[in-house]
Amino acid sequence: MNALRLPLSAWIGLCGIAVFAFCALFAPLISPHAPDAVMGGVWQAPDRTYLLGLDNLGRDLMSRMIYGARTTLAVALTATVAAFVMGVVLSFLAAACGGIVDMVLSRINDVMMSLPTLIFALVVLAILPQNVFVLISVMAVLGATRVFRLGRAVAMDIAVMEYTEAARLRGEGVWWIVRREFLPNTLSPLLAEFGLRFSFAVLFLSTLSFLGLGIQPPAADWGGMVKENKDGIIFGVSAALIPGGAIAVLTICVNLVTDWILRRTSSLKGGRGDA
Amino acid sequence: MPELLEIRDLRISATTYPPGGRPLQVTIVEGISFDLARGKVLGLIGESGAGKSTIGLSSMAYGRGDIRITGGSVRLEGKELLSASPREIRRIRGARVCYVAQSAAAAFNPAHRLMRQVIEASVRHRLMTEAEARARAVELFRTLGLPDPETFGDRYPHQVSGGQLQRAMTAMALCPRPELIVFDEPTTALDVTTQLDVLAAIKHAIRETGVAALYISHDLAVVAQVADDILVLRHGKMVEMGPVGQVIRDPHAAYTRDLLDAQETGKPETAANAETVLKAEGVRAGYGSGPDVVCDISFALPRGQTLAIVGESGSGKSSLARVLTGLLPARAGKITFAGTALPPRLGQRNRDTLRRMQLIYQIADTALNPRQTVGEIIGRPLAFYGGLRGKAGRARVVELLEQIEMGEQFIDRYPAELSGGQKQRVAIARALAAEPEVILCDEPTSALDPLVAKGVLELLLKLQREKALSYVFITHDIAIVRAIADSVAVMRNGKMVRYGPRSTVLAPPFDDYTDLLLKSVPQMQPGWLETAIAGRKLAAAGN
Repeated sequence: MNALRLPLSAWIGLCGIAVFAFCALFAPLISPHAPDAVMGGVWQAPDRTYLLGLDNLGRDLMSRMIYGARTTLAVALTATVAAFVMGVVLSFLAAACGGIVDMVLSRINDVMMSLPTLIFALVVLAILPQNVFVLISVMAVLGATRVFRLGRAVAMDIAVMEYTEAARLRGEGVWWIVRREFLPNTLSPLLAEFGLRFSFAVLFLSTLSFLGLGIQPPAADWGGMVKENKDGIIFGVSAALIPGGAIAVLTICVNLVTDWILRRTSSLKGGRGDA
Repeated sequence: MPELLEIRDLRISATTYPPGGRPLQVTIVEGISFDLARGKVLGLIGESGAGKSTIGLSSMAYGRGDIRITGGSVRLEGKELLSASPREIRRIRGARVCYVAQSAAAAFNPAHRLMRQVIEASVRHRLMTEAEARARAVELFRTLGLPDPETFGDRYPHQVSGGQLQRAMTAMALCPRPELIVFDEPTTALDVTTQLDVLAAIKHAIRETGVAALYISHDLAVVAQVADDILVLRHGKMVEMGPVGQVIRDPHAAYTRDLLDAQETGKPETAANAETVLKAEGVRAGYGSGPDVVCDISFALPRGQTLAIVGESGSGKSSLARVLTGLLPARAGKITFAGTALPPRLGQRNRDTLRRMQLIYQIADTALNPRQTVGEIIGRPLAFYGGLRGKAGRARVVELLEQIEMGEQFIDRYPAELSGGQKQRVAIARALAAEPEVILCDEPTSALDPLVAKGVLELLLKLQREKALSYVFITHDIAIVRAIADSVAVMRNGKMVRYGPRSTVLAPPFDDYTDLLLKSVPQMQPGWLETAIAGRKLAAAGN
């Protein structure tokens, strides 16, 4: 009954995400070939054995797409979750404590945000060893600055509400205020932001991989695959468009779902307008 | 010749979106019929949600948001508005029927001067040239008693007071020489002394211009002063309609009688012989590095009694409550609570001190966390102060719910699923859960409808009798002071101008300010408004 009321857009989004998630989880079981084995000629056309054809080194594109989903989703998701944990905790602390704590955290954040994201990432990744942990950390820190801005803004609105004041008057500590007063009341904008940030993380990771600083070969990831196959476009080979299309479809699906979550949770608030 | 406004069997529906359910069509107004003759004033009265504003706006064929007029007829001089084309409707709105909203501050554009906004409708409708409209506006400013009528229009909305803005809005509505004005609670948001002036100005302007009016209010006394007839509404249906004198002296419907009796609650004054529980001596406080907003306040509150702090907005009465709670640390002076000195800052007070003094807010909507259930809201102080959790905690919550006359079925509801009065009762239960000795009540009933407010007041009195609670009761409503206070402090500009037992403070001889406050409280009897304006010793400043 409840599921039937899902709008069509949310259904499409959820199904899309489910397909990608399935590929990522069960990559070794469903991929027809090894992702890094050379199977035949360069950019061999699709046939019954190789559904999407072969790539610039003669590897099976289908298998690489499936393994790519695994890498791309895992790295983007981890980075986004880490960004939210960092951003939300710090921004709520800033809003709850106010004064000097707020001042220091906000100014540090301003400094971080004033650096162009891509340049910052390129410099740091070029200096530090290129491994997944460093990659995720850089993406998380950069994402956290944006989350901090939003988190502080929404938490400030809650901090001046009388129920928060009532909690302070009761003698509640900062942690309780953050957890029980701020978090439940800021959940809907944060969830929407989560979807958006996740999409950006996928795009950012793809950008970095395309520039050669993200996931390192021979591991498969969608951004890297676009880079590997981009030269084929000149010869009329569409291999680069497939991972590119997957990135587009995934971000659209995530956004369809967040749109729906935002609508649903904001109507739960009761109160004004649509409830 | 047809009447100016004829409404027949009006039916209005709205779409609601219950959480998790399908959109629902509900009828919010049904079976309303009345006539309004030229130059007459009809008062629409009822509680919030009674459909007063909706009916008022239907006379302009307008429905807010998802509201649709689904049946009946609305005729302006015999012309049916409900079947009129959008073009015809546009020609009527703002020209023949005008609207005065409750909040003038929200209705004026802060970026433009008043004059431009006041004459806009007249000029846009090509009813008069700009010069004529300006001349008329100046004349109206004079009729409405605004200062410097010649230059008043050159000011920006933020440069005039709330009462002046409300009068400017009345001028805006009167400017195109409409036949009908809808006043939607024009004085509700104003202080009692300002309300008196604005009310008198509106009444004078209505009589001068001969315009007909629908006057919407929840305050029977206000309507009684300006209207010729009264229509009492409840749940979107007509309860009673008749001339003012008859409705007030000889109401037919039981509901109207309840409305008339709504103010009559209370208790006799008790003598101040109990021990003092809360005492302030020479307290001063202010915000940031600004001037003192609370100057040299001293009082003593005996256990089990009520101290009413009364004054207009800006008099510092809410700031005083913040000083007592420690949210706004006192700059000087001494607060003694149950025999021990109270540290000025919230952070310096220990948990037990915090427990023994609780605060109830004016607006329960913002005082209750919308994402916590009633059980969580009331249960938290129990767990926090008394360590009462699980089954024992729940049993105590149910007990408290019964004390506030609500009951166990509310325990898992969210605040959005409660009415305004119920929310305020939950806020009271949250305060009670801490088992306090003193409760600071910051206008706890002023956002509620009269009958609901009466219920909440009676609850507070009952709890006081049972638990020997002491209240510091902040209010602007003299009627409440008369009903529940043992001692009274009158505040103005942060200073206490009068303080003592209720019987002395509210009895002559008065100082000028207390006299002004007392004389400004609207009364039912006809002609009160004129007498009150004439008999004031002190003009209310700057409104």
